[in-house]
Amino acid sequence: MPVEQTDAQLVSRCRAGEADAWNEFVERFSRYVYAICGRGFRLAQQDAEDVFQEVFARAYERLHELRSDDAVRPWLAQLTRRLCIDRLRLVARDAPSDSELDERDVDDVLATLDEAMTVRAALDKVGDPCREILDRFFCRDESYRMIGDLLDIPAGTIASRISRCLDKVRAELDGRSQGSRPS
Amino acid sequence: MREMNGFDEERIGRLLRLLPPAPEGWVRAAQELPAARAALDELVARAERDAEFRLQLQADLERAVAAAGYDPSPFIVSRLRQLLEAV
Repeated sequence: MPVEQTDAQLVSRCRAGEADAWNEFVERFSRYVYAICGRGFRLAQQDAEDVFQEVFARAYERLHELRSDDAVRPWLAQLTRRLCIDRLRLVARDAPSDSELDERDVDDVLATLDEAMTVRAALDKVGDPCREILDRFFCRDESYRMIGDLLDIPAGTIASRISRCLDKVRAELDGRSQGSRPS
Repeated sequence: MREMNGFDEERIGRLLRLLPPAPEGWVRAAQELPAARAALDELVARAERDAEFRLQLQADLERAVAAAGYDPSPFIVSRLRQLLEAV
């Protein structure tokens, strides 16, 4: 199982121009940016796609401006937020609406998504097969039967596997928050 | 940042649900940005030394990019448009 690298390590590899690093960067943060556009700002699909592409284009062009490689997640969140607001203003100019964006609501959603990314990082650390099972069940909304068929495991055991995998993720999160994980 | 302690299984599941995968096509397009950037640099270099090509870009940007053998992706088109407007 490959060792999961930190955000800072991944950013450092991107800066160094490593061939696969950018692909991994997009893979790691695509869900986050997508969720901010959709859940945070409720952009229509076409607007969300435009913002999504622009976020990664700017990230690619400006990664060298990042002051701390550790801060890539909040940096991306801020970049996405700005571009979503710009897009909403553009949409409102073309088609005025009474509904106004409440930035406090957005703050709450972004804080929750930040937590979700922390859980996601813990899941990546736990690795497969748990990552695949939990991703299929929770993130892709697949049924026990579908997961069983796709992974060639009895559907009747999926629930207990999910429970065990959640336990592993929780242990990983607990270890992380205590900062005393054994090496 | 919120307090991260106290995750239970239900909360972990709820948080994971908030991060479905982005559409595959979107992810792929973002992953192709380095190649698009290289293509953009080549197009800009050509536009700087070739006045005729510059005129073609100004007349119909997407068609000129495609005619030059490049994919007129949103990234390339938007960046070239910005550069042409700045000239």
